[in-house]
Amino acid sequence: MKLKKLEGLLGDLDQFSDPKVELEQYPTGPHVASRLIYTAENSFGDITGKVVADFGCGCATLGIASALMEAEHVIGIDIDSQSLDIASTNAEDMEVNIDLMLSDIKGLNWRGPLVDTVVMNPPFGTRNEGIDMEFLKTALKVASRAVYSLHKTTTREHIKRVAIRDFNVKKAEVLCELRFDVPRLYKFHRKKSVDIAVDLWRFVP
Amino acid sequence: MRLLTHNMLSCNIKGVTNGYPLTIEASKWMAKEVDFNGDFLRNIFVKIEWKVLIEAAKVMGYTDLPVEVDSSMLNSDEFLQKFHHALLEIHVEEGALICPETGRKFPVHKGIPNMLLNEDEV
Ligand SMILES: C[S@@+](CC[C@H](N)C(=O)[O-])C[C@H]1O[C@@H](n2cnc3c(N)ncnc32)[C@H](O)[C@@H]1O
Repeated sequence: MKLKKLEGLLGDLDQFSDPKVELEQYPTGPHVASRLIYTAENSFGDITGKVVADFGCGCATLGIASALMEAEHVIGIDIDSQSLDIASTNAEDMEVNIDLMLSDIKGLNWRGPLVDTVVMNPPFGTRNEGIDMEFLKTALKVASRAVYSLHKTTTREHIKRVAIRDFNVKKAEVLCELRFDVPRLYKFHRKKSVDIAVDLWRFVP
Repeated sequence: MRLLTHNMLSCNIKGVTNGYPLTIEASKWMAKEVDFNGDFLRNIFVKIEWKVLIEAAKVMGYTDLPVEVDSSMLNSDEFLQKFHHALLEIHVEEGALICPETGRKFPVHKGIPNMLLNEDEV
């Protein structure tokens, strides 16, 4: 599938109807999501024919993008059942098959090594400190090939250090820096949207 | 939920040591056809807990999987078709997953297992 086509399809997905602040629910836009999945496949062969898990899938943009790129099996996990209902409808609309599961990423103990690749846009941890690193830790346990994740550029050094020192990754690289437009979903955001710099990471467990 | 997902799930209640595999109880299931990918199956075969897959498929009335398997069977198209069907085409829609150690039930509704724990279980 071509990048433009993928981006266009992702633009049709429904997103959080009633975002929950404490869970940091905002979607990965079609521009960023399509590039993440496209790069994972075209530069590294980590999606097509693979088992892919979407951690904190929300309405499953990344999981559905993986299925559209012909992942063999996709599992989306989120702690919020309302998002999973939207994810389920989205998958039906796109005519892709994905498994969904209501679960906390923290404490997930799947039997390895069935999952090849984890894709995620984890909560930044602004509401629940450390949750971003919990996601990363669990993802690195579950994935056997690679983990793709988005993190604030301001945390780059910290992430690199923890990934290498504490999580023993073989490789941690920033593939590109993106502008991420977080819409003003919440009353406490003063501006209409906040434009933040995020890194697209690829980790090899 | 496909049986491939079930094959890796275990009970994550704190203190549980024998939480695998989860027993399936199903009141509704379905089969959805998907494209056959022989390479994928040949690759994933060694990573699958075969007994767990057989038992799971049986719950949904599918009994065609052979009990004894070895990698030479991966040359047989007939075997791969059965493996494909059990692993990727059968879906649990309504029912529960049961922890073998504690008997705790995790409900499955509209194909989505609810693995959330209560406060006293984490
Ligand atoms: C920034 S949003 C990303 C949503 C979606 N992946 C996307 O790309 O559009 C983070 C998601 O993580 C979920 N989440 C937050 N904490 C979680 C946890 N402990 N376990 C599982 N999911 C969680 C939220 O419900 C939300 O859907």
